[in-house]
Amino acid sequence: MLIEFFCTLRKHGLKTSITELMDLLSALEKQVVFADVEAFYYLARLTLVKDESQFDRFDRAFAEYFEGVEQVDLSSAIPEDWLRRSLQRQLTDDDKAKLQSMGGLDELLKAFQERMKEQQERHAGGNKWIGTGGTSPFGAYGYNPEGIRIGQDGSNARRAVKVWDKREFRDLDTDGELNNRTMQLALRKLRKFARTGSAEELDLDETIRATSQKAGLLDLKWRPERHNAVKVLLLFDVGGSMDDFIYECQQLFAAARSEFKHLEFYYFHNCVYEDVWQSNERRFSEKTSTRELINKYGRDYKLIFVGDATMGPYEIAYPGGSVEHWNEEPGQLWMRRLLNHFDNAVWLNPQPLEHWKWHHSIDMMHELMGARMYPMTLDGISEAITTLLKKSVATAPVS
Amino acid sequence: MRFSSTSSYIVADELALAVNAAVTLEKPLLLKGEPGTGKTRLAEELAASLGVPLLRWQIKSTTKAQQGLYEYDAVSRLRDSQLGSDKVHDIANYIKPGKLWQAFTAPERPVLLIDEIDKADIEFPNDLLHELDQMEFHVYETGEQVTAKHRPIVVITSNNEKELPDAFLRRCFFHYINFPDAETLAQIVRVHHPDIQRELLQTALEVFFDVRKLPNLKKKPSTSELIDWLKLLLVEDIGVRDLKASNGLMPMFGALLKNEQDVQLVEKLAFMTRRRES
Repeated sequence: MLIEFFCTLRKHGLKTSITELMDLLSALEKQVVFADVEAFYYLARLTLVKDESQFDRFDRAFAEYFEGVEQVDLSSAIPEDWLRRSLQRQLTDDDKAKLQSMGGLDELLKAFQERMKEQQERHAGGNKWIGTGGTSPFGAYGYNPEGIRIGQDGSNARRAVKVWDKREFRDLDTDGELNNRTMQLALRKLRKFARTGSAEELDLDETIRATSQKAGLLDLKWRPERHNAVKVLLLFDVGGSMDDFIYECQQLFAAARSEFKHLEFYYFHNCVYEDVWQSNERRFSEKTSTRELINKYGRDYKLIFVGDATMGPYEIAYPGGSVEHWNEEPGQLWMRRLLNHFDNAVWLNPQPLEHWKWHHSIDMMHELMGARMYPMTLDGISEAITTLLKKSVATAPVS
Repeated sequence: MRFSSTSSYIVADELALAVNAAVTLEKPLLLKGEPGTGKTRLAEELAASLGVPLLRWQIKSTTKAQQGLYEYDAVSRLRDSQLGSDKVHDIANYIKPGKLWQAFTAPERPVLLIDEIDKADIEFPNDLLHELDQMEFHVYETGEQVTAKHRPIVVITSNNEKELPDAFLRRCFFHYINFPDAETLAQIVRVHHPDIQRELLQTALEVFFDVRKLPNLKKKPSTSELIDWLKLLLVEDIGVRDLKASNGLMPMFGALLKNEQDVQLVEKLAFMTRRRES
């Protein structure tokens, strides 16, 4: 029972286990919910998903599974006159003219149903929520089930479709998948990194206890300090030539995020200029000036750049070199300012090491970084971490 | 027995379902959500509605799993031994049961709240795996085995400061308390302030959601802040007109905004809208 459902979830990358499936089944057995799709949705989510960042994935999987189950329901069971009415209400004169050219309403309805079927098949491929083109006669209104208001029909099952189709947890899905073994190892390295820098301290309670257990003979106990001492500021290159590597970067990001108490991240494009931003959608409206970064975060923050450093050399060296905007000062000046402020900094480059020599800009960046650029591999990451933990390294002064 | 909204606490359908499922299947229920969405309140209300005692284990950054089971007070034993007390021969006199022990041995099935589990060390949840799963543990000093008479209803809250280990999550049911929508929020407010004028509530909610929508706010106001704010509005007898007329900061903003930078941000935005309007 529900094996197919379980497999669909796993296919969408949810890390649910058999134990959890058993929990769900026993909940059903005890009739916690009964014959109510919406309640089933909540129950399944409750038992199978353990993190709100996975909710969106769950919604997609659920939609896929249930649309598979209800396909008949949706494409053939929609009463034709209901469709007709709904369409007529919404058609403009323009559409009606097009309608004529398509051979009348009946043809249109047929085309519509075909289109809808096709749309559902494409759901399975995961394209449902990516915007659809506007050339179809239905385009203006949207021909997915929600668009024709199946969702507002009032019946229970249909209302339920809305719940997962809302996908309100989309923003929470920052999680790159970590099931890949090398990333797990990198994570372990980062975790170790997160815990270093904290010295041992005298554990007074334990010492008193141990001493009294030995009836008064002094027995000193030590423990590592509990908090994560390392503070990290991450700067990510997004867009352009980095798109190929975004996936890898996000994995690293997801790994890093859970491990540090003080972890700040910002994005930049190609080279750091006067502004960085935290949200890609709002990158033009909500910027943070790089100067503010320098003022806000202490020099003890470890600065990590993640980027491929593949760009035109003028993007680093000249004012106005940025591909996106007019920069008053060259990127290298901003790089130097950052490097001057932060004691420890490294650059992680997802480009394979052997390609580096083909890009002049990588050379330049490498030099700017004082040779602290490392490939984004396991070894690269551990080398980078070692460098980060060294006492401050001399950097090039602002010229 | 099914848990549902009470006269003082509004619970969303899916949350009620989560609670009922956890109670029926005797699984710990892990609650996450923005601060102020009533995670801790839920445990209190659940205990009250079932008429059972609530045991509350507040986790701090220094809390260890062992403290929830029991603590061996070796220091008083040492002192007693120097004073020549007879108690000293029985080590059980110096074992102090923790919250889990209390919950396991309670005469009726209690609600055990493990509050803010994410505050603790990263290994903390792992140390409790067996105890929460089997509901039993061993006391090394006395060789005693403590087993739960009734499996307590365990509610765990987290503010998402740290990620919890997978093995721990597998043993829990998980529910994320979403921020309530305007309608539910109006319901919640009516429960707390039954005599608030409809219109005032409407306007106040609009202001509240506008503030929440502002980008870059350091701390978004949550339900509990809204309720405090309304209380102030009522006490100070501020009418709808005053609320609308105030074209700078909203009156009594201190209850909503807890951060000086936020206050400045809202002030600046209000100033800009005013200028655009004029």
